[in-house]
Amino acid sequence: MKQTIVQKILARASGKSFVNIGDIVEPKVDLAMSHENAALVMNQFLEIYKGTGLDPKVWDPNKIAIIFDHRVPAESRKTATNQKKIRNFIAEQGIFKFHDIRGDEMGICHQILPQYGYVRPGYVVVGTDSHTTSHGALGAFSFGIGATEMASVWTLGVMLNVPVPPTIKVVVNGALKKYVQPKDIILYLIGKITAEGANFKVIEFHGETIRNMSTSGRITICNMSVEAGATSGIVPGDEETIKYLREEAGVTEDIPLVNSDDEAEFDKIIEIDASSLVPQIACPHTVDNVKQVGDVEGTKIDQIVIGSCTNGRLDDLETAAQIIKGHKIAKNTRMLVFPASGKIYRQAMEKGIFEILMNAGAVIANPGCGPCLGVHQGALGDGEKALSTTNRNFKGRMGNPDAEVYLCSAAVAAASAITGVITDPTKGGY
Amino acid sequence: MSKVIYKFGDDISTDIIYPGRFMATVLPSETPEFAFADEKDLNKLLNSKTVPADSIIIGGKNFGCGSSREQACSTLKGHELIIIAKNFARIFLQNSINLGLKTVICPDIDADVNDELEISEDKVFNKTKGKEYNIIPHTKTQQEIIQAGGLIPYSRKRLIEGSK
Repeated sequence: MKQTIVQKILARASGKSFVNIGDIVEPKVDLAMSHENAALVMNQFLEIYKGTGLDPKVWDPNKIAIIFDHRVPAESRKTATNQKKIRNFIAEQGIFKFHDIRGDEMGICHQILPQYGYVRPGYVVVGTDSHTTSHGALGAFSFGIGATEMASVWTLGVMLNVPVPPTIKVVVNGALKKYVQPKDIILYLIGKITAEGANFKVIEFHGETIRNMSTSGRITICNMSVEAGATSGIVPGDEETIKYLREEAGVTEDIPLVNSDDEAEFDKIIEIDASSLVPQIACPHTVDNVKQVGDVEGTKIDQIVIGSCTNGRLDDLETAAQIIKGHKIAKNTRMLVFPASGKIYRQAMEKGIFEILMNAGAVIANPGCGPCLGVHQGALGDGEKALSTTNRNFKGRMGNPDAEVYLCSAAVAAASAITGVITDPTKGGY
Repeated sequence: MSKVIYKFGDDISTDIIYPGRFMATVLPSETPEFAFADEKDLNKLLNSKTVPADSIIIGGKNFGCGSSREQACSTLKGHELIIIAKNFARIFLQNSINLGLKTVICPDIDADVNDELEISEDKVFNKTKGKEYNIIPHTKTQQEIIQAGGLIPYSRKRLIEGSK
């Protein structure tokens, strides 16, 4: 029988030779990731053990990763105390894939997992964060779960109650124009299929544009698949995946690859011509409210944000620096930059990217989730508008329900920082 | 018989249900205070403690989209609400089943504030409008988790079985 990549991964992890779409399986988990919400996972984990007379021990400390990123350094007494409790738990349980608040090792969970080689093609990865879909970029079946489900995984090592999802195949061909980026592909797709268009389904990405794309770009695309409701996005692993894991993550072991069968059962097939795409903007207050940049050009912006698990990597910062070099950020517009990890921060510093951005007037903040979810830094004032390379623009997202968030690529963000209004980076000779 | 206390449109995100700035509050016993914190009237109504258990919130499509934050379910569970929506986002639906928040998938639901509804196994009857709407039942495993009292007792049972 012909299978999708996710059918193959779930069959392997459930000890079966084949699974049908719609079957309920209990796959073994290869990697279980949490961030600060490990505080709630711990609470629920101890609840499961309550009254059993058993010593609460996670099923396999090698397979658990915990990364502090949502509120770093801690913004409040409550967060700092949660972080302290998690550190104690990590020490007790012998968990070592732990990334604390340290300049050399820190970062956003969805950057740390690939960067340190914790994710491999064919893995089953779960995370207590909806953007765990990111790791589909390395050919893993990777999806977000709740804290109580994670407590169950910590206890049992399997994910209970996983329906084998149907798959939408998205085929992207053609070369992207200069300053049209992977972000524009995924925003275009979300606009087309809507915020619930892939609910309970997987989106599998194929085509020459995806094959020629860096792992960074693939992470952007898989990261935002959840904004179309997808359980996960996935790019079957290939030469680029192996190159990334060897060169970026220093993986030396064998890296077996898994792929879909051509004749696998797909829910539907969507084709995208990348060469015809222009920069896309997700307008307030839903991610599927996507317009071409030309339709919102000239909208006044108070705050530009470049960063996040979606677009805070070195290539994003390089693009921004290339566009901004020699310019100043517009008066009455502020620009905040949040590199996705300590490693990226160092690389950007060494390559002179920070110098260019700072000379233009940008603020470089420490690695982490920053203002993306409105809990830490960079909140918006009443009536203000932000243009951001992050992944969500829901009402209240950047800390203020009386503000608006527009989503875009790093290229659009950088060009707009110079003018102070939404600007098309493909024009203006950058 | 339960009353509708609030009606939403489509794509109600977890940022609306439980804004991110309250996410450092994690314990299910502490989250109810912040339910719909930015929907001031609804938040005030819920915290007034005058809303009877099993009161109903109506959602449109894709209710609970966005973040995996479980507080979005524990906060509603704390107010003992029932959520009836055309459909739910995946993680929110599973979290609600795991925590015991009552969710009803009812694709054609039509109900307004103050309507009285009767929920049976496979139908929602809107007594005020005199109309009946089909329910899409939860999956077999989801029903087992609900019957076990949530994912914690369900997983505890598996833990005990496995340790024998």
